[in-house]
Amino acid sequence: MSQGLVTMSYIAATILFILSLGGLSNQETARRGNYFGMAGMAIAIIATVLSGAVNSYVILIMALIIGGFIGTKAALKVEMTQMPELVAIMHSLVGMAAVLVGYANFMDASLTLTGVEKTIHEVEIYIGILIGAVTFSGSVIAFGKLSGRIDGKPLTLPGRHLFNLGLLLLTLWLGSMFLHQAESGGGTFPLLVMTLLALVFGVHMVMAIGGADMPVVVSMLNSYSGWAAAATGFMLSNDLLIVTGALVGSSGAILSYIMCRAMNRNFISVIAGGFGTGANGPAAEVTGDVIAISANDTAKLLLDAKNIMIIPGYGMAVAQAQHTVNDITKLLRAQGKTVRFGIHPVAGRMPGHMNVLLAEAKVPYDIVFEMDEVNEDFAKVEVSIVIGANDIVNPSALDDPNSPIAGMPVLECWKGETTIVLKRSMASGYAGVGNPLFVLENTRMLFGDADKTLQEVLKVLKEVG
Amino acid sequence: MKIGIPKESHAGEKRVATTPDAAEKIIQLGFSVAIESGAGLAADIPDQAYKDVGVEVIGTAKALWKKADIIIKVRAPNAQELVLMPKDKHLISFIWPAQNDDLMQKLSAKNATVLAMDSVPRMSRAQKMDALSSMANIAGYRAIIEAAQHFGRFFTGQITAAGKIPPAKVLVIGAGVAGLAAIGTAKGMGAIVRAFDTRPEVKEQIESMDAEFLMLNFSEEGSGSGGYAKPMSPEFIAAEMALFAKQALEVDIIVTTALIPGKPAPELITAEMVKSMKPGSVIVDLAAEQGGNCALTEKDSVVVKHGVTIIGYTNLPSRLANQSSQLYATNIRHLITELCPDKDGLLNVNMDDDVIRGATVINAGKITWPPPAPTLSAAPAAKAAAPKPADAHKKTTKSSPLQQLLPLILGGIALFSIGSVAPASFMSHFTVFVLACFIGYQVIWNVSASLHTPLMSVTNAISGIIVIGALVQISSPGITISLLAGLAILIASINIAGGFLVTRRMLEMFRK
Repeated sequence: MSQGLVTMSYIAATILFILSLGGLSNQETARRGNYFGMAGMAIAIIATVLSGAVNSYVILIMALIIGGFIGTKAALKVEMTQMPELVAIMHSLVGMAAVLVGYANFMDASLTLTGVEKTIHEVEIYIGILIGAVTFSGSVIAFGKLSGRIDGKPLTLPGRHLFNLGLLLLTLWLGSMFLHQAESGGGTFPLLVMTLLALVFGVHMVMAIGGADMPVVVSMLNSYSGWAAAATGFMLSNDLLIVTGALVGSSGAILSYIMCRAMNRNFISVIAGGFGTGANGPAAEVTGDVIAISANDTAKLLLDAKNIMIIPGYGMAVAQAQHTVNDITKLLRAQGKTVRFGIHPVAGRMPGHMNVLLAEAKVPYDIVFEMDEVNEDFAKVEVSIVIGANDIVNPSALDDPNSPIAGMPVLECWKGETTIVLKRSMASGYAGVGNPLFVLENTRMLFGDADKTLQEVLKVLKEVG
Repeated sequence: MKIGIPKESHAGEKRVATTPDAAEKIIQLGFSVAIESGAGLAADIPDQAYKDVGVEVIGTAKALWKKADIIIKVRAPNAQELVLMPKDKHLISFIWPAQNDDLMQKLSAKNATVLAMDSVPRMSRAQKMDALSSMANIAGYRAIIEAAQHFGRFFTGQITAAGKIPPAKVLVIGAGVAGLAAIGTAKGMGAIVRAFDTRPEVKEQIESMDAEFLMLNFSEEGSGSGGYAKPMSPEFIAAEMALFAKQALEVDIIVTTALIPGKPAPELITAEMVKSMKPGSVIVDLAAEQGGNCALTEKDSVVVKHGVTIIGYTNLPSRLANQSSQLYATNIRHLITELCPDKDGLLNVNMDDDVIRGATVINAGKITWPPPAPTLSAAPAAKAAAPKPADAHKKTTKSSPLQQLLPLILGGIALFSIGSVAPASFMSHFTVFVLACFIGYQVIWNVSASLHTPLMSVTNAISGIIVIGALVQISSPGITISLLAGLAILIASINIAGGFLVTRRMLEMFRK
């Protein structure tokens, strides 16, 4: 295949990738978009393989088959509740690949560059490996936190900002040393040390971020994996990699921005870690008694209501309650009631987590709304059911300036007639913030495992209805 | 300890202080419960229903008063009951200590511990024990039912073959719990409802019930402590009376619920106003007990004056005996739960607890009424806190022009310095890179929020494009490079296959 054809194929692949992302603007075109993406990827790989630069077919085909097989297995087996973990581990793979490609490129002696071009190339290798390594170790830790293998609480070492600054300075110093040594063909040692430092930085960065900030972390790592691909593109002078990397990178960056805005937090402060330490005074203590309610009475309230809002949170994912929720929704809708879902942008552990779970349970997506679409309507809602959510329905975000989550937009369910909160126990949310919603006079607490209690509610609804 | 529930002996009192549901839960706290035979009959609860949940049924009031350690009642004990009452007992019921000084002295002499349901402080924590509110709720409902009984027309407007029927117009004066319940009931029956209250903060509550709030162009707040109204200035009252006089000409039904604690009820509807009302109109005076809001009200009876029916019943909750018994029993049960924190069947009158302190009017023979004034009123506190978060928000969004421009300046300098040294080949790649970032920015903002997870997994798959980098290198000389590249291909292809397939799986689920 001639170089011209390869370039044309790359352009085709680029366009297909852009269409693929553009297709996600709504549910109808999203499926087609995904196929565009697959086509783009296939064209890119085939064009590269046929370009004449490749002749080690044995390793190539073996690697493709094994990798493809593992990926397919994982994609078919994964539970929808585990999506955040899967996404995180896949980020780490991109980071890892970027590191490997960077090293392979560094060791490739066949390149003959001189002068500024050579220096720029070395800087590209250095940066590519740096971003790749941070993405890799950061994603591994994120995976650990999301899957519960590592404690979700932020790890706040004393002097962690200084530590990060030290790592940065050390990396810069190693970089200049690497450039200097690479002039004469060396440089392996500083490169290795830098890789180690980058790995440590990735670990430390994600360890310091609390569980409630996980949606930001996941989208941020998504962004990094894109930048890693783009850096590799620069290193190899490959425009397809650059474009694709930039697309993914900006996609992740925008998602991180959206998530930060949804929590009214500054991106830098999320990355710097240590949630809730910046409050400028003691947050108001929550005092008062909660009023418990039984599954039986919950069902009765639901039967009497016409306008119902369901607010799912991470607890629904943990309890795998989405199917029961859907059954209840179907039953209530069949009785002519308005049932809607209000989704907070940061509900769950990654952007859009709740939507995927509800879609899995076959909740029709036209009754699933974003926070901004429903927040005005709560005055008309008779019963709101909060399933395993806490911080996203916390009134103190709006009225207590000292609350660690002050200013974060929340679902204002307390403006409705009655709010039923499903909760395991009275522990505070991930943010460690007390929630005055629970002691409001129009709030009822339904304690227990979300799925089990909802099953009971469903049973009563079926018997009565 | 044994809890005893005697039959209410006051004439016309149909309520009972506990229901089988509540009794069952009290028994779970470790108490034993006994009830006088036939106590629940007037509220449609037979003895058997109590027996079924393990309540002992005792034949006579005398035996019951003797056996029980704690007596639960609705009405305060009358003279005969006081005779039956042995020393050192606990009593929980309505007492009205301010009006019943004599009773208080007698109970004190009996060395009793008395908790008055009417003295439970009005604070959010105590709402589940607030029997006044739950009874007021019923009174408000019943007031409308009584009015409907005596009103000669439909509440709702109808257009029928036999002619057009205008909806009834209802005026509710005083939008406390009873007033709001009356508004809701009248609204539910289809009437046009207007409401008036001296406290401006209830405007929102009235409007939330879909009723019209009658505004008075007069700046005086009527909120007293503890959520009750306070007496108003003479000018205010004059303006108020003018408003009522005007309304009296228009409305068909007036429900008055205006009460000021410890004072006779204010007279709001004069004889003149009654005269001006349309014949067949109805006035329900929920303040009849304290003298009535209407000049012509007669306590405990229904009278017709100037063609207007005036209802002065004082015990409306008892006219809905089953419902009010249920709510009262639940209030009592919550109070007992509060009094028995260890669930050991023993009463612990903890005078450090605000709620219990407020409710306890006599502690072991010592009169502890009135309690220190409650200082909690939610409305003003919320107002003070509201503007602050807005400030905090402003702080995060607004920054000085220098701060806004700084990144741009730094970026400009960085671009300039790269541009001055970089070779042409790098610059062309860089052009592609920057343009791609902008395309990405434009495309991603259009992605629907519900598809953020598929977006992440598809970008994940797409970032597997790094496989190209490995493909290009796999045929370079040297086994190490080949192996590194091969490993990278393997990893990246996991990503590609996994990412696209899982996205496909997810998108298949998004169905209407």
